[in-house]
Amino acid sequence: MEVSERQEEKAEQKNDRSFLGTIGYVILYLILGITAFFQIYPLFWLVLFSLKSNQEVFNASPFALPIEPRWENYVNVWTQGNISLYFFNSVWITVASVALTILLASLVTFAITRMKWKLNNLVLGLFMIGLMIPVHSTLIPLFDFFLNINLIDHPLAIILTYTAFNLPLTIMILLGFYYTLPREVEEAAVIDGSSVHRIFFQITLPMSMPVISTTAIINMIYNWNEFVFINTFISSDRFKTLTVGIQNFIGQYSTDWGAIGATLVISILPILIAFFFLSNKIVEGIAAGAVKG
Amino acid sequence: MSNKFIIALYVLPALLLILVLIYVPIILTGYYGLMKWDGIGDMTFIGLDNYIRLLNDQQFWRSSGHSFLLAIFSAVSLIGYLVISLVLAAKIKGANLLRKLYLIPMLLSSVAIAQLWLKIYHPTNGLLNSFLYSINVANPPAWLAEPSLVLGAIFVPIIWQYAGFYILIYYAALKNIPDSVIEAAKIDGASPLKIAYMIKLPLIMGVIKVTIILAIVGSLKYFDLIYVMTGGGPNGASEVIASYMYKQAFSSYNFGYGSAIGFALLLFCLLATVLIRKLTNTDDEIQY
Repeated sequence: MEVSERQEEKAEQKNDRSFLGTIGYVILYLILGITAFFQIYPLFWLVLFSLKSNQEVFNASPFALPIEPRWENYVNVWTQGNISLYFFNSVWITVASVALTILLASLVTFAITRMKWKLNNLVLGLFMIGLMIPVHSTLIPLFDFFLNINLIDHPLAIILTYTAFNLPLTIMILLGFYYTLPREVEEAAVIDGSSVHRIFFQITLPMSMPVISTTAIINMIYNWNEFVFINTFISSDRFKTLTVGIQNFIGQYSTDWGAIGATLVISILPILIAFFFLSNKIVEGIAAGAVKG
Repeated sequence: MSNKFIIALYVLPALLLILVLIYVPIILTGYYGLMKWDGIGDMTFIGLDNYIRLLNDQQFWRSSGHSFLLAIFSAVSLIGYLVISLVLAAKIKGANLLRKLYLIPMLLSSVAIAQLWLKIYHPTNGLLNSFLYSINVANPPAWLAEPSLVLGAIFVPIIWQYAGFYILIYYAALKNIPDSVIEAAKIDGASPLKIAYMIKLPLIMGVIKVTIILAIVGSLKYFDLIYVMTGGGPNGASEVIASYMYKQAFSSYNFGYGSAIGFALLLFCLLATVLIRKLTNTDDEIQY
């Protein structure tokens, strides 16, 4: 490198530092602040119009606060439509799928990390490749399969599908934890003559509670938000979950902004509440799930 | 009880589930692509007809073009997320809170996001056009009804949804770089920009590669948001591969042809993954 170039570079470095020291930080915070505004304001605006009457929506500024918050929008959609039914369907289908996923994933992870068998790596590979399969490519054969075994329009089809498609991610997150879990306690139990099942259910499973809660919250979010499968496999109202339910509901009430807003807020509220209390777990789970894949 | 029996007991339930509900279907979708089939009646074997039709189907290629365009947009937008993450990871006060705020849209369902953005894009009372009116823009467009604008308009909520996700991943990776490495560079007199470019980026290259694959493959199979917001319209201007497949199967009852499209989608995704791995593959993996 030429001497003059080097000097220029040093001068540049100095400039960088003074630049970053003063105006730089203002600009950095500005970038971060604008990003935060862009991410949050639409949701704030959603809450705003969920509390307005149609007259306010169409005649007043959309940026204005509601003159008098119309909480009855929430009461109306909750009591008049099927929203409460969809809500509880979402709850129990999500809970059932999450429980099944975690149980099956824990069993597999236990077998992979604690038992010696030949096909160990092959099975693990199958689960990991499962992460890359596009859901939509399986949709038509799955629809046909559930039609043939009479599970179309049956919640079991949904629970089994959610479980299958969430197993790879769940196993991946569990694996990292199981590998680091100290084995002394389990080994002591083996020496004491405990059976495999006893060790799994009474020692390993309780010890993996921290990671189970991480996978549970991630699974919960994915299942709560799922749309394609439920839209394709379920046709009767009594089994619909919120994602499909609000889609239908909004189709019927397409001009009532307050009702639509209230419905949307109800549908995202459980996620927001979970986020408020468990944001660290959620961040951890999403980061673990993505980076290793 | 034998060992084998116990292992089977622990592994088989989950294994059977993914074999039956993931692996068999992806093979079947290629096979069903060889059939003429309305989804209810009998299948008729028609050889490669569906696949030949696919190659000559302009709407399929147009939809694929839209999917690839979204994929390229998504990959390019990673640069922006990376910049924000670099800023965020540079000992900024409140970084932890900010990255969590950024993440919120990603946790919401695509249906809710799509419905919200339908309202934001509403031609007369929506947030966007109201804002444009207030700064005296005459006749702002009906964003989702203009064939030339609709794809761009849909891309904005996609960014909104996923920005926090990628920022979170980059932030975590950047925070994993040992302080000693950065300190050493500082002592050597490297500027912050140079540290970012010469040290931080190479060190998180592995993560960047993963996100490129996630962004591109994720975009290729994009469906929910578009299906709810525009249904592929107006006139196919926002149709993507998955929405075209869905339409062929569940609206037009061309299950055979839909399966062929689904198989093509699978191939595109696998091909993209392999291709990106090859293109970004460097022998000199960095250790620290």
